[in-house]
Amino acid sequence: MATLLPSAFTVATIDYWAIMPILIVFGGALIGVLVDAFAPRATRHTIQVALALVTIIAAFGALVWKSVDHQGATLDGALIIDGPTLFMQGSILLLSLVSVLLMAEKFAGAGADAFTPMGAAVPGSPLEAAASRAGWGTSEVFPLALFSIAGMMIFPASGDLLVMFVALEVLSLPLYLLTGLARRRRLLSQEAALKYFLLGSFSSAFFLFGAALIYGYAGSVKFAQIHAAITAAPTAVDGLLLPGVLLLLVGLLFKVGAVPFHMWTPDVYQGAPTPITGFMAACTKLAAFGALLRLVYTGIDADRWDWRLGVAAIAALTMIVGSVLSVAQTDIKRLLAYSSIAHAGFILVGVLAFDITGVSGTMFYLLAYGLASLAAFGIVALVREGNAEASHIGQWAGLGKKHPVVAGIFALLLLTFAGIPLTSGFTAKFAAFAPAIAHGGTTLAVLVVIGVLCSAITAFVYVRIIVLMYFSEAQGDVRALNPSILTTVGLAIAVILTIGLGIMPAPVLDLAAQASLFLR
Amino acid sequence: MENFPWLTVMMVVPLVGAALIAALPAAMAERAKELALAFSVATLAVGIGASTQFELNAISQFQLTETHSWIPSFGVSYALGVDGIALTLILLALILTPICILAAWHDVPEGGSREKNYFAWTLLLLTFMVGVFAATDVFLFYVFFEAMLIPVYFLIGGYGGPGRQAAALKFLLFSLAGGLVMLAAVIGLYVQGPGGEQGFLISNLTGLTIDPTLEKWLWVGFFIAFAVKAPMWPVHTWLPDAAGVAKPATATLLVGVLDKVGTYGMIRFCLQLFPDASQWATPVVIALAVVSIFYGAFAAIAQNDMMRLIAYTSISHFGLIVLGIFAMTTTSSAGSALYMINHGFSTAGLFLIAGMLIARRGSTKISDYGGWQKVTPVLAGTFLVCGLSGLALPGLSTFISEFLVIVGTFQRYKGVASIAVCAVVLAAIYILWMYKRLMTGPAPADVTAHDLSWREKFVVAPIIAAFLVLGFFPKPALDVLNPAVQRVLTEVGVSDPAPVVPAAASTGSEK
Repeated sequence: MATLLPSAFTVATIDYWAIMPILIVFGGALIGVLVDAFAPRATRHTIQVALALVTIIAAFGALVWKSVDHQGATLDGALIIDGPTLFMQGSILLLSLVSVLLMAEKFAGAGADAFTPMGAAVPGSPLEAAASRAGWGTSEVFPLALFSIAGMMIFPASGDLLVMFVALEVLSLPLYLLTGLARRRRLLSQEAALKYFLLGSFSSAFFLFGAALIYGYAGSVKFAQIHAAITAAPTAVDGLLLPGVLLLLVGLLFKVGAVPFHMWTPDVYQGAPTPITGFMAACTKLAAFGALLRLVYTGIDADRWDWRLGVAAIAALTMIVGSVLSVAQTDIKRLLAYSSIAHAGFILVGVLAFDITGVSGTMFYLLAYGLASLAAFGIVALVREGNAEASHIGQWAGLGKKHPVVAGIFALLLLTFAGIPLTSGFTAKFAAFAPAIAHGGTTLAVLVVIGVLCSAITAFVYVRIIVLMYFSEAQGDVRALNPSILTTVGLAIAVILTIGLGIMPAPVLDLAAQASLFLR
Repeated sequence: MENFPWLTVMMVVPLVGAALIAALPAAMAERAKELALAFSVATLAVGIGASTQFELNAISQFQLTETHSWIPSFGVSYALGVDGIALTLILLALILTPICILAAWHDVPEGGSREKNYFAWTLLLLTFMVGVFAATDVFLFYVFFEAMLIPVYFLIGGYGGPGRQAAALKFLLFSLAGGLVMLAAVIGLYVQGPGGEQGFLISNLTGLTIDPTLEKWLWVGFFIAFAVKAPMWPVHTWLPDAAGVAKPATATLLVGVLDKVGTYGMIRFCLQLFPDASQWATPVVIALAVVSIFYGAFAAIAQNDMMRLIAYTSISHFGLIVLGIFAMTTTSSAGSALYMINHGFSTAGLFLIAGMLIARRGSTKISDYGGWQKVTPVLAGTFLVCGLSGLALPGLSTFISEFLVIVGTFQRYKGVASIAVCAVVLAAIYILWMYKRLMTGPAPADVTAHDLSWREKFVVAPIIAAFLVLGFFPKPALDVLNPAVQRVLTEVGVSDPAPVVPAAASTGSEK
């Protein structure tokens, strides 16, 4: 295999401005680790939140002002900063900003409300107070989140399979930890973390195995060369290519939560601290779809006639299972988890269009869905009975009378998920379905019809909650807490953008359309 | 006033009203109904102003047009415009809304924010009703078509009688399922069109050459949505439930105006955009229409609930409207277009007066009444007039339209028209039998109810005036409708079968 090695070592050129946003986030995360070690306990939470926000805003600034003018492959093709990368990195940063604002919510407590300072402590107990006093605070969630965000930013930018794998691990490992940090319902949280970790490791292993097979087929892990190898030998029957592609797809479809790789989603969404659930629903899904787009549009697109029908079947299954099972849910977080599965199916329909309008439609969908689901989980975190979150949907009865604003926003978000016109959900669904019909032939037309019928099923689910909130009498002592200024700002950003994307989506759609051309 | 955005203003005025009422402080919640009435009357004034600008013999299909780019990357424009059919339907909505608000004066006796929201939803609904008829962009039409569901859903589910939640949900799911299937067809239609930044304008989508198989599929996608809306047998089941539990004012707007979107959509979209598929599907549609006519009529006869009975009569009448549309003669189509207006008024009269009766007695069951013409003679008399309009008594407006539909259908489908005409007899049964059970007989012993109040007389008077005006002098309405109908039939490429029916047809046709 010596011929595959370059004869002389050449130094890779690095375009620092192109990758500056990623570097800033990594830098912020590392400083965050130091802050946790050295800052006094009383100020730690404040410093961490401020640091995370500044980092994200700085990265966004670098992206908007500098990286856009430095597009192209860099680091010898390991990272590809092109239109889709920039759009998705920007979206991830925007969604992360809102996520961090939601994670920082303290209510009346000493640390972040959603996270436990000590695994064995009951919320509000003397043991927990002692753990807090001992300095086992909860502020490590912010550097962890930053690491995860950095991984998410690399994920869709990766130019080869190895970088993609590394990014997958960088984004996943902090999430496994964060999932286990819920302050309430500890057992559920620990179970979720373990389940997520085990299944996530499996899927990573699948991905890695697939990468190895593809390397065997193409002699390279770079997407450009994989593409070249497939186009060079279009008729070659090779036992390595198709198994490799399938294993790679399994790895990525696991992350997006597509059926039959969705089993973790409801458990993890339910067990994780609510702001982390929102973070996963919005950012992880976006990054994973970004990587999926990168893989199928630049790496293995020439081979798509071999696997397209299979993915179409998965998309159909995902929509049907996600929407039908969401009907049976009684826990609001599990319900939103199944809804996120159904949405993953809708997005897959857009991905399968194999046209640049499909790319822009998918990206728009991801942004719109991310904002709406962040806001939804932000609201879920506010509605309490006693000290615990009112996670059973029966507890939401009559909320419309007691808290018209909270219930009104949640109703709006549910209508958005249902895809009612004049909400961003409708625009997004249209953006994903239109390219599928235009470029996808009969197969995708059938998928779209399945999609719209499943939308009707999910609409039933969402509307049932609206019915509960507005037309049923309240039971028990459920109330919505008053959010702090940070949460309020975060929710306001998400809700205003959700409304804006529904009524005036043209600027963002144009931006997505301009940014939809992948480079190899 | 050449470029004044009449249609936008017609939508903005009620929208502002709805926002204002929703934002009223609790101390001023009492004023909600006065404000709602004022805003709806102001909208009506704008509508009348717009009608004066409407030219009867314009060259372009749509008038009062406004076109602005909205979502260029989807090919979507904010494009409004009306032809005769759309204009009359908008006017129907504008006239009925203040009447309904006046009729709903005491619908939410507990007052407060609930009452305020009730009127805000009604005004918001008015905005969407104007929008749905005025949209000349298929996407924009779809947006209003679906967005309309939300206010109606809250009006039924929040303010209706027992069983309102289930009825509201059923209404929403039927409409959403139909509408979402239409969404797939809307996208498919756009792909067939010229595309570009104005690819969704009706004018750009008319007269396309589409693969016949695909055209049929697209037609089916649109038609299902409209059949649910209209509603036609066998997807009508939501209507009796929804109208049965809704407040009379909501039921009036729902059946009188909203359901017209279905028949309007058949003319505007199914016929105009897919002429070949429409002709292909005609036998099935006509069969379904005839089934609707009789199913609705028989079911109405069997009802013991006033509101449900009136809802079933509407299913029967919608069958006639659809029959007239798909018979595709100038006479029958003009009759259907006029029927949409007349049916709006006669249903409004029936629902609203039945509502007044229910408010006095507290029951919707017909068997709980009897002899009420002695207790409330004016109420009984006006109810009878509305009923007679419902059964198409000559001299009242519905007669003209029903006659035109049947005569027009007879030109092409003699057998069908002969069967459909029997519906008139059934209509007499369900209306007069209801009147007999409600109003005649010995006066109820223990009831003291006052007759129509001044407010109620103001509700009933314009409706009965409309019956008489349109019944004796329908020419102005037909003059507005005929060019629009003619235009659509030209698009479909059908001409009236020879020999032209004398005398009667000349009422409805300019030829």
